[in-house]
Amino acid sequence: MSQIIVEELTKTFRVAERRGGLFGFLRRRWREVHALQRVSFALREGELLGLIGPNGAGKSTTIKILCGILEPTSGRCEVGGLVPWRERIRHVARIGAVFGQRTQLWWDLPVADSFALLRDVYRVAPDDYRRALDELIALLDLERLLSTPVRQLSLGQRMRCEIAASMLHRPRVLFLDEPTIGLDAVAKLAVRDFVRTLNRDRGVTVILTTHDMHDVEALAERVMVIGKGQILADGTLASLRHDVLRERRLRVQFAEEIGDFEIPGTVIRHRSGLSVELSFDPRQTPAHALIADIAARYDVEDVHVDEPPIDEVVARFYARHELEAR
Amino acid sequence: MSGRGSHALTPYVAVVRARFGVLLQYRAAAIAGFVTQCWWGGIKVMVLTAFFAASAGAPMTLPQAIDYVWLGQALFTMLPWSGDPDVARMVRTGDVAYERLRPLDTYAFWYSRAVARRTANPALRALPMLLTAGVLLRVVGWSAYALRAPAGVAASLLFVASIALVIALSAAVSALIDALTVATLSDRGVTVLVSPLVIVLSGSLVPLPLFPDWLQPILRNQPFAGLMDTPFRIYTGNLAAGGAVFALARQAIWVVVLVLLGRVVMARVMSRLQTQGG
Repeated sequence: MSQIIVEELTKTFRVAERRGGLFGFLRRRWREVHALQRVSFALREGELLGLIGPNGAGKSTTIKILCGILEPTSGRCEVGGLVPWRERIRHVARIGAVFGQRTQLWWDLPVADSFALLRDVYRVAPDDYRRALDELIALLDLERLLSTPVRQLSLGQRMRCEIAASMLHRPRVLFLDEPTIGLDAVAKLAVRDFVRTLNRDRGVTVILTTHDMHDVEALAERVMVIGKGQILADGTLASLRHDVLRERRLRVQFAEEIGDFEIPGTVIRHRSGLSVELSFDPRQTPAHALIADIAARYDVEDVHVDEPPIDEVVARFYARHELEAR
Repeated sequence: MSGRGSHALTPYVAVVRARFGVLLQYRAAAIAGFVTQCWWGGIKVMVLTAFFAASAGAPMTLPQAIDYVWLGQALFTMLPWSGDPDVARMVRTGDVAYERLRPLDTYAFWYSRAVARRTANPALRALPMLLTAGVLLRVVGWSAYALRAPAGVAASLLFVASIALVIALSAAVSALIDALTVATLSDRGVTVLVSPLVIVLSGSLVPLPLFPDWLQPILRNQPFAGLMDTPFRIYTGNLAAGGAVFALARQAIWVVVLVLLGRVVMARVMSRLQTQGG
């Protein structure tokens, strides 16, 4: 059975438009913003969903509704059998949430004090708390951070603490809204490792929004693309790639100067000195045949076959839907 | 979730405790505030002394008025003349929606924070003020201007009960200010409106018994009298035991009314917040 059910979820904001002039305030007009339009999806327990989309696409609105912070205009939504906004207090006790741009830790207090407060707020029994905390300390390497006031932490350190804070009451569902924003490479890897452990080893259901496609690549088996309040794609990253950009890239390093160069079924993307990058469609020109062909004709030092970077795939996907919408 | 050994109030008590601990760190502000309050207390005492010398048949004695002033200076920070700066910041940044992520009744959550605020600051400042006004002034020979002991055992007990109600009432006003801050998206308007009302109508500026007679019925029955005037008149013996019990009941009624009002405003604000987005 699905743990998260979303059906025909619609959210329309009314935004006041002020008009200029002396009596502008008398003629207040309302503009409707369709943040979500009939969004439907379901998530099984233990799934990890990567939610991507350009800014203003409706990712955060979706997360906020699922967290019980926002009430939708229409549609149905259940998380673990509870309607988030209607049974808010019971619902939020069972979920964890991290918003990359916000903090839930008390700025002036040592991290441990914030944790202790959350323990009481979530009514976690002392033994359960001790166990959860020990585990989080080990997984996120928090030992030395606990006695530090939050304001003295680096962003990466703080984010590790934020994520730990959201897991002290052992929720079965975790919402992560841009958890890696602004983090350096090491901190990003730490966050990804932790989320992977939670999801794969502990079976925690995770919904993650991000602009960093490497997060999605590293973590999400299932990716949903939201744009203009609608779901534009829902599947694996591989299927998204397959839909959008099937080409592969071949980088060839030649051993000697080559003159005019053309291989049927390929397009030259870059050329500099002895190095050439080609793109080709693997359905028409299999990679092994292509490499054999080039090696037969030229003196080749090295070859490297790759898929286009995921950022490029996603950018193309966004661009395509921009055009279709017009 | 397990609820093992966890009382219904545990989270709220924890909020009060944690917040109280944080506020106790602001010692420099407390010292500065203490110096200011000594200064103002001295001025008020001198003004009142001159006033009493020039008039006869005042509704309270000069020593009562002096006690009233010193108590007011000691417990000045109990007055709810502004909202929680954290709530104002959350309203500015949009973080206020995230308060809804906690498995807490949001009104009770903010009320708890207000209780901490209205007790931590006086906890730092009251004792030095009371020692200065009650002991130091006597030591230096200004006994006439010093704070005296409570009017009696009964007055002492009733005073303690009344102070407990002051905390409840002050937190209710604070939580209402917080809810209105969210409603108007700024703390400025509410503070400008509420702070003079609180300072005048509580008796902090001028003891309420010194206002004209025809105003007394109104002053006695308005909610802010319960923030200072009630306990101070009990302490000084200006209110006899019977009147004191009645005054405590009036304080309690205002606590109930303001909590209900705060809850209504909060519920409305939060549902509107939900339709506008964080």
